Amino acid sequence: MTRDADERAVARSQGTRRAGRATVAALQFGVFVLFVGVWQGLVMLGLLDPFFFSKPSAIALKIWHWMISGYIWPHLGVTLLEAMLAFIIGTLTGVAAGFALARVELLARVFDPYIRTFNALPRVILAPIFILWFGLGIASKVALGVTLVFFVVFFNTFQGIREVDPAIRNNVRMLQASDWQMLHHVYLPSAMAWIFSSLHTSIGFALVGAVVGEYIGSARGIGYVVAQAQGVFDTTGVFAGLILTSVVVLLIDLGINRLERYLLRWRPGAS
Amino acid sequence: MDAAQTAAPAVEVDDVTVRFATPAGDVHSVLQNVSLTVRDGIFLAIVGPSGCGKSTLLNVAAGLLEPPHGSVRIFGEVLRGTNRSAAYLFQQDALLPWRTVLDNVMLGLTFRRLPRREAVSRARQWLTRVGLAGFEDRFPHQLSGGMRKRVAVAQSWIVDPRILLMDEPFSALDVQTRQNMENELLGLWQETRKTVLFITHDLEEAIALADEVVVMTAGPGARIKGRYPVDLPRPRDVSEIRLTPQFTALYRQIWDDLRIEVKRSQAGARA
Repeated sequence: MTRDADERAVARSQGTRRAGRATVAALQFGVFVLFVGVWQGLVMLGLLDPFFFSKPSAIALKIWHWMISGYIWPHLGVTLLEAMLAFIIGTLTGVAAGFALARVELLARVFDPYIRTFNALPRVILAPIFILWFGLGIASKVALGVTLVFFVVFFNTFQGIREVDPAIRNNVRMLQASDWQMLHHVYLPSAMAWIFSSLHTSIGFALVGAVVGEYIGSARGIGYVVAQAQGVFDTTGVFAGLILTSVVVLLIDLGINRLERYLLRWRPGAS
Repeated sequence: MDAAQTAAPAVEVDDVTVRFATPAGDVHSVLQNVSLTVRDGIFLAIVGPSGCGKSTLLNVAAGLLEPPHGSVRIFGEVLRGTNRSAAYLFQQDALLPWRTVLDNVMLGLTFRRLPRREAVSRARQWLTRVGLAGFEDRFPHQLSGGMRKRVAVAQSWIVDPRILLMDEPFSALDVQTRQNMENELLGLWQETRKTVLFITHDLEEAIALADEVVVMTAGPGARIKGRYPVDLPRPRDVSEIRLTPQFTALYRQIWDDLRIEVKRSQAGARA
């Protein structure tokens, strides 16, 4: 196998992929325009009641007003702070628990039923009890987010450590790695790959925890803004809050994609 | 009498029996009272039908598997834990996918806490030796199967082991790459005369490479059936030596012995 032939093959397959991507992006934009256009059109023709459905132009205007008046920023800030804290605490505890249970068989077997039970519980019903325990401030939202993030990270860490290829483990043992070196060079990187691939889910969950917590009881945050708008039958405000949240998640997601592409560049298909 | 014969043998496997519990609850014995002495500096090939326990025997010599019965001595000393005098070249890919080629090659040196600068320079030398200079910063998935095998060869030889354990290392490669690798292996071995235990199910490969061929019986409860010295001249070219009359004669002689075991193992698999 010559090096030349190898590199030509890689270049060609990437070329075809890029052409495909441009088409897909154009089509995706088309779907967006069609959806927004039909919505706006139906409302303007009187086929959809703006009281229930609002209309895209009014929603865009609302978001614009929120932004230039400065009304939305403190709310957005609080929600992001809650989500970030939930993400950090949930990830740290999830990694620690995943490691402990993956390495100590007894722990895994003892805690297995409890973890399953707790994970099966719809976490939203914990919101009222967290508000009782931690009050209406950010702590109750962070707690709710943590219960969501923890399990995603926990299961992925556990899996990442359990699924290390035995050949790799034996190879590293034969190269005389100590237990600590094994952890550092094999188990951690393997778990990191799994944790990273779940990052989109866990960050999304952190935000869900924050917004749902705010919606149920708070005086600040995006969830609070949506709840307020709903209270005065302001459909435009509800939609504006929803869309704003989606856009924020989307932006965070794009950031993660970049980080992921760098950190997981060793994986096939990553480059 | 030369020095190699007066010194302690590189590997002494003494009366080793290995049994595994099958999922059905039976006890399946893989090796039955196997004894094998390998003197220092010899290239020994072990052949036998698939599933006869060749890899198990190698894992016992590597210290990856502690036999419930029997003992292993390495250069006269009883083996405890992994075999520190040996490097292992696995059949499967066992490189760390998250490490670059350079980092993978120097892994054994990193574990032995060699200063990084020295480790890097030795790893570069080894990469040049296996024909992979310029590929230091690639990740394993960016290389072809043959190139990954070269990295694995460099990874196992860089720690300068006295014994090399190889478990069908080239079986996944295409014929052309395989013969190149075999010739390169012989070249490296010729320079250093390390003790090699080379497992294969391909009798041609065994004769072309080795000083001595050991035939194992079909499992379960595999034993050693015969040992055949291979006194073909060195240096050898693996593709040319197959055409010589001495090679053919040896092949016939050993194949007579091996054929019965292959038939028995096939009959066993069908039953």
